[in-house]
Parts: sequence; C-alpha cells; structure tokens
Amino acid sequence: MITVEKLTKRYGETTVVDEVSFTVERGSITVIVGTSGSGKSTLLRMINRLIEPSSGRVLLDGRDTRSEPAHLLRRRIGYVIQGYGLFPHRTVAENIATVPRLLGWDTARIEARVRELLTVFSLDPATYAHALPYQLSGGQQQRVGVARALAAEPVVLLMDEPFGALDPIIRAKAQDDLLDIQGRFGTTVVLVTHDMDEAFMLGDRVAVMSGGRLLQYDRPAELLVHPADPFVSRMTGLADRAMRLLSLVTAGEAALPGVAEGPAVAPTASLREVLSELVWSGADAARVVDADGTLRGRLTLADILARGAP
Amino acid sequence: MRVPRATTLLRFGALALLVAFLLRPQSFAPLFAPLTQYGAPPIYDQGNLLSLALAQLGTVCLAAAASTLVAVGLGILVTRPSGAQFLPLSRTLVNIGQTFPPVAVLAVAVPLVGFGEKPTLIALFAYGLLPIFENTLVGLKTVPAAVLEAASGMGMSARQRLLGVELPLAMPLILEGIRLSLVINVGTATIGSTVAAKGLGEVIIAGLLSSNTAFILQGGLVTGLMAILLYDGMAALERRLLRSVALD
Repeated sequence: MITVEKLTKRYGETTVVDEVSFTVERGSITVIVGTSGSGKSTLLRMINRLIEPSSGRVLLDGRDTRSEPAHLLRRRIGYVIQGYGLFPHRTVAENIATVPRLLGWDTARIEARVRELLTVFSLDPATYAHALPYQLSGGQQQRVGVARALAAEPVVLLMDEPFGALDPIIRAKAQDDLLDIQGRFGTTVVLVTHDMDEAFMLGDRVAVMSGGRLLQYDRPAELLVHPADPFVSRMTGLADRAMRLLSLVTAGEAALPGVAEGPAVAPTASLREVLSELVWSGADAARVVDADGTLRGRLTLADILARGAP
Repeated sequence: MRVPRATTLLRFGALALLVAFLLRPQSFAPLFAPLTQYGAPPIYDQGNLLSLALAQLGTVCLAAAASTLVAVGLGILVTRPSGAQFLPLSRTLVNIGQTFPPVAVLAVAVPLVGFGEKPTLIALFAYGLLPIFENTLVGLKTVPAAVLEAASGMGMSARQRLLGVELPLAMPLILEGIRLSLVINVGTATIGSTVAAKGLGEVIIAGLLSSNTAFILQGGLVTGLMAILLYDGMAALERRLLRSVALD
C-alpha cells in the first residue's frame, strides 16, 4: 500500500506538485493522468525518490520512504520509463538481472528468475537471453524493460509513459500483458500517462492532475459520472462519455439470464465492443458465450444503452 | 573479404620490416648507403637502435598512462554534479597542456627536474592530456539520459552507475582518445633527445649534426612505423575489447 501525504515539490517560486495526497491499495493499478507540465511525472519520481520532495511524505506499507537510503529503497520498487533505458552494453539476461545482482542474489536464483520472466513475456530464453538490446524490436525492448523492473519481485511498480513509444497494435498488446502480469504477480502499479483511453483501460483508480494539483482521485466511472472539476470533464471528454462508460463494463458483468438470437460475444468484451458488434450486424441482442462455449446470458440493445447513462 | 586481407598483410609487412630493421640494421646498409657522403656510416652506429626504440616507446607509454589517469579522472570529476564547477578550469589547464609547445615545456622543466627522461615525460604527459580528456567528456556526456535514469531508478549507487554503466559506455571514446594521444606522442617524443632522454631523436639529431641523411631517415622511419603500428594495434585491441558494446 502506498500512502502519499501532502506531497509537494517546489523549484524556487514555482510549485510543480502542490500538496497531493492519495492512497494506492495493495495489488491495484492507479493511473495518474494530466497534460504535460501537470506535475504527474514529478509526483511519480517522488515516490521512489528520484526527486526529493520539498515537503510531505510517502509511506510504503506504513513505512516512511525516507527511513532508508534512496538507492536501497529503489531496489524494492520497480521502475519503467518511456524509452526503457535498457543498458546497451548488457545482454537481455544481464539487463533483467540488474536489481537481483544489486541485491546479491545467488547465480542460480538469478538465472531461474530471468528464465521465468523471459517466458512470461513470451521471449524465448534460447533466442533472447544473450541478445543485445539493439537487436530487439521496440515492443520486445519494452517487455524487457518491464521484466527488468519486475525481476526482484518488487511490491510496487512505477511506470512513466511506458507505452508511449509503441505503435497502436503493439501498445494494446502491451497493455493487455500488463494487466495479465499484474494479476499474476499481484504487483501494486502506479502508471503515468497523458492518454485518457489508457487510463480508463488500465486504472482501478485514476488520478487527474493539472497545474501540480490533484483534481480528482476516483474510479474511472466516477470521473465520468461525477467529475469534481470542469477540467476533469475536459480530460475525459464530454462527447463520448457514454461510450467511455460502456467501455468500463464487461459483457460478463452485464449479462442477464436468458437466451437470444444474434452474435456471440466473449464475457471479457466491453459493452462498447458489444454495442459496436450489434450496430454492425444489425441484431438487437447478443449472446454472451464463454471460450468453452457455455452460454453466460444475453445482452439486448436496451440493456446496453441503460448502462451508458449515469 | 579481400580488402581487410590486403590491409592485414600490409600491417604484418610493416611490423616485419620494423622488427627486421631493429634487430639487424646492418643488413639494410646497402639501402641507405646512397644517402651518405664521404664514406660516412650508412647505419646509426653510436647506439643500439632497438634499445633506443624501446626506450622511446617506454617513455611514451608511461606518459600516456599518466595522462590517461589524470584526464579520465578529471573527466569523471567534472561530469559529476559536485564537480561540474571545475569544468572550465579543467578545460583551460588541459588546453594549455596542448597549446604550450612541448619544446618549451622541456625548457621550463629541465631547470626544475634536470636532464634526462623526466622533463620528456612531463612534456609528453601535458601534451597528451587533451584528446583523452575531451573524449572522456564526450563519452560520459553522451550516455543516453534514459539509461542514466534507469540505472538510478533500479537502485544503483552513484559509484555503481559510474563503473557499471557510464564508463563502459564511454569506453570506446576514451580508448580512442588514448590512441590519439599515444600516436601524437610517439612522434613528439623524439624531441626528448635534446635534453638527453634515450630515444630515436638521438639518431635524427646525430644525422642533422653530421649532415647524414641516412641517420635522419632511419630515426624518422622507425618512429613513423612505430606510430602507425601502435595506431593499428590499439584500434584492433579496441575492436576486440568492445565487440560486445554494440551501440546502434
């Protein structure tokens, strides 16, 4: 659990982060969104003390982060940045082994962990363990960056625009992977982005920042239904807020008992996707069907539309 | 594949020629005889050419080692946040070392440390600082910001980051600086003979004094060959050392 208390960063007269407080539950994903210059990256970097706060404090599982030297603190916190910053002179395996080596793990344990992570990130160890970063594609580099951050089983993973340099298709895949991996390891994630779609897709909670202030910290649906500030509505977008609301609910959650004619949709599909499917096929109801073919229920157009209103 | 093979052959040819000449200079006498007049000796006979060449090489390597230590040390210091204020001062000092003529350094150093190898070492040390310092600086300053941030973010201490990330990434440029410095100084070292340091300058000076073109040519050619081979050798060593450091 991360508790941020009245965290402030001032450079001379300018206040970059202004008394920000929030709490991140263990095992959840918090996304900090804001325009450039909103102080979101500075806020993130104050959590692992790459930037020292001017005032306020950060508690990690109840312990003040200033109670140990900064570099020791950072070994317990995973960190992924845009551009990844892989060490160009070290192989993929050596890159991933960075923090375990700093922590003095024995060789066998490091090797096993590197192998495990490469497999999790669908990078065949035989092919990629001894490759150098420049030999990888952008998407592969990104995965190695995340694998490296997770290597020493950190309780917290901080990510600063981790998908910013990826093309849309690989980005979607990387976002799915992050959700998978977060589910698998139960890591607490704090992610910074300027992309509202990304925030809605990944965030259990979303923190909207502007001018160094935290305007709202809430569940994504709450940002849409009860925006605390006109700026929050501007960030989330008024024009397609109903669609965004639909994108937050899965077919599995919304399915009602019953049978229907019409297209089959997966329970993991969002209502937005189901609606699109219905519009496209001209049907007025969809069947929600598991991967193994079990019928989970039905969704009519009216059911879906009702979910898109506050 | 043909081109590297040709240059390799040329390189080994040059090395063989140099070694042969230094070991058995007298067998080259017929080649140099046409350059002498009035029956002067065609091959330098007032000292052993091999030991002169080795002495010169030794002086140059010693000076380069000292230059490397100081220049790399300074380069590291001024790229740390705490040492950044020393950058202009360091740059000035190193530039003076390069612009002050080595002969003038000798003139200043002799009254202080006496004749022999010492003043030569001082002159070569000062002359060799600039390329190593500037290359170290560029090497350390061009390590990508994301790599540095990742290193700190992973929990490396400042020292671990310097030794594990910054220096290895700057190494190609640092080695290149050392190579330049070495090559410049192999030639410059001949002036040491004016203050009684052992070296091939002795052969050249003897040639100048006795108007013996053969001597001048011998001193110059051996020095030149040493410089070329040193340059090539260092380049090959760099490639071998840095094969794993592949920067796109």
